Amino acid sequence: MTDNPWNNSPDTEGRFGGFGGRFIPETLMPLVLELEGAWQEAKTDPDFIAQMDGLLKDYVGRPSAVYHAMRLSEHFDGAKIWFKRDELNHTGAHKINNCLGQVLLARRMGKTRIIAETGAGQHGVATATVAARFGLECVVFMGSKDIERQKPNVFRMKLLGAKIIPVTSGTGTLKDAMNEALRDWVTHVDETFYVIGTAAGPHPYPQMVRDLQSVIGREARAQIVEREGRLPDACVACIGGGSNAIGLFYPFLNDKNVRLIGVEAAGRGLQSNEHAASLTGGEPGILHGNRTYLLQDDDGQIADAHSISAGLDYPGIGPEHSYLHDIGRAEYLSATDEEALDAFQLCTRLEGIIPALEPAHALARVGDLAKEMGKDGLILMNMCGRGDKDVFAVADHLGVEL
Amino acid sequence: MSISRIEAAFAKCANADHSAFVAYMMAGDPDLAQSRELLMGLPDAGADIVELGMPFSDPVAEGPTIQQAAQRSLLVRTKMQDVLALAADFREVHSDTPLILMGYANPVHHMGWSKFARLAAKSGVDGLIIVDLPPEESQPLAMALADNDIALIRLIAPTTKGARLQQVLSGVSGFVYYVSITGVTGAAIPDQQQVARAVKDIKLHTGLPVAVGFGVRDPQTAKTIADCADGVVVGSAIVSQMHKKGASSALELVKKLAEAAHGNI
Ligand SMILES: Cc1ncc(COP(=O)(O)O)c(C=O)c1O
Repeated sequence: MTDNPWNNSPDTEGRFGGFGGRFIPETLMPLVLELEGAWQEAKTDPDFIAQMDGLLKDYVGRPSAVYHAMRLSEHFDGAKIWFKRDELNHTGAHKINNCLGQVLLARRMGKTRIIAETGAGQHGVATATVAARFGLECVVFMGSKDIERQKPNVFRMKLLGAKIIPVTSGTGTLKDAMNEALRDWVTHVDETFYVIGTAAGPHPYPQMVRDLQSVIGREARAQIVEREGRLPDACVACIGGGSNAIGLFYPFLNDKNVRLIGVEAAGRGLQSNEHAASLTGGEPGILHGNRTYLLQDDDGQIADAHSISAGLDYPGIGPEHSYLHDIGRAEYLSATDEEALDAFQLCTRLEGIIPALEPAHALARVGDLAKEMGKDGLILMNMCGRGDKDVFAVADHLGVEL
Repeated sequence: MSISRIEAAFAKCANADHSAFVAYMMAGDPDLAQSRELLMGLPDAGADIVELGMPFSDPVAEGPTIQQAAQRSLLVRTKMQDVLALAADFREVHSDTPLILMGYANPVHHMGWSKFARLAAKSGVDGLIIVDLPPEESQPLAMALADNDIALIRLIAPTTKGARLQQVLSGVSGFVYYVSITGVTGAAIPDQQQVARAVKDIKLHTGLPVAVGFGVRDPQTAKTIADCADGVVVGSAIVSQMHKKGASSALELVKKLAEAAHGNI
């Protein structure tokens, strides 16, 4: 794929069209420039690649399967639905693909202290896991509201030896955890490596996280061609910051006939002002190191996001999605809390797979798409996480006491 | 007039053989009226230059004191227009004291770089510090500000070294702001020897005055930092006093800090 025009994005300043960049305090600039150099070197170093591949296989359990969700396909009575099963990864989500790469890079750079932000706790668990595997100190920033609704993951992180710092500033959710992680990084510049959990942040993070998550799309593209003898008509993924989605989409960007569809969280409805759909309901702005679509008020103050899913509860989106949206290469839809809960239960009953609430949002739109495409259609959805972490929250929403 | 107002203020201090005292406060904390009272009193309390904070919902370089001040300000719905109106009120009464706005990129970006620059100039603003806008990202704003004779003041951090130091210092205007600690505002006490060395390094590359801030909380530290820089900035301590005791008590503190910075203790 030498003529892949997408290989040139982002440019040297970390721009995807007008999005991305490095909007950070000067204290961090030398650090992200160093990181950028280290990543460009590592990703083409055969030793680094071999180490990565070995751990992805033996520790994470890659390649993850693709699975024909036959009963769901029958249920919607339309296109054939396949899942890319990244929920089968060690720690239960796609997040570890990224953490593994970043922690290996941290070791290569001689960093001894790992920090991370987390919303649902999946990225925190994945980071704490890899940090434990390599014997590194690990500090995880988590909004106090998220600590409340993701208790099992909080305990898992503690078992793994991570220190959890509750963040009460702002709204006590993912964006505030990210603010606090950046403040920590500004304070501990020498020994600390900040493992960002999604395809956002200052350059090189959006590119680095995409590079690391692209394993999803590379595997899935080959697997679906092998099983179905053709490319899918649509790739569908949920969007928090957009890492699992860009990981699935990236290897398909040149396949012009493959629709790429991201599903944002519409919370209590797009009209309600209580949602997390940055592309559908936001405007371009600057936050957490990048220029991208953001939920904000008419004075440029960042608005609170809302989603039943802590992993989607973020007022921004990775800059590459903003770009793909503006040039029309990808489409962005949304699903409400209610729709995600319904899809969560449907998938559990029909396929015996308990999805995380995040991919349940993607699944909610897959039903419509399957009907719209009809029997000849072929849909590939990223089942990017399992729902074990969500059973308490779901019980709560369904009014069941455990 | 704007950029020359900054030059004149530093020159006046240099002639009097002392450092400039730069006082930071948050616009709209706890409300517009009370923050106006503090703002208006700063020059008479001894502030040679005033930095007026523009509240932002997600201030990543701020410690808890200034974070919470911004939240209080936003809670009473302080808008960018209100901040500019405060600036205009200040300029009407104080014709010589430079006024610098300090904040984060998004509210300014949202208004539009050019529109903001025009309105700020009309309100008598002399300089702007945008914490999350490093030189690599600042060109569109820098051009808009230059058209309106407003200085874009650049930050130098302890991590800014070697070739980058030279690069960041090319094309600066107004003065240079040296961030004296690796950390958020108000977090730690700066090390005087390290600061003195850094200021010397900076002066190898620029003839502009160098002001030092981020960790200075008390008159004693203000004095030691003033000894090795052209200006010393105090923020969190003033904001905290304002929050706990109100404007007149905060102005008392400013008096003590200014005297210390001017070498009168
Ligand atoms: C299972 C799962 N899916 C998706 C996300 C959202 O992140 P992203 O959009 O970066 O994939 C999260 C975040 O915590 C998650 O845990």
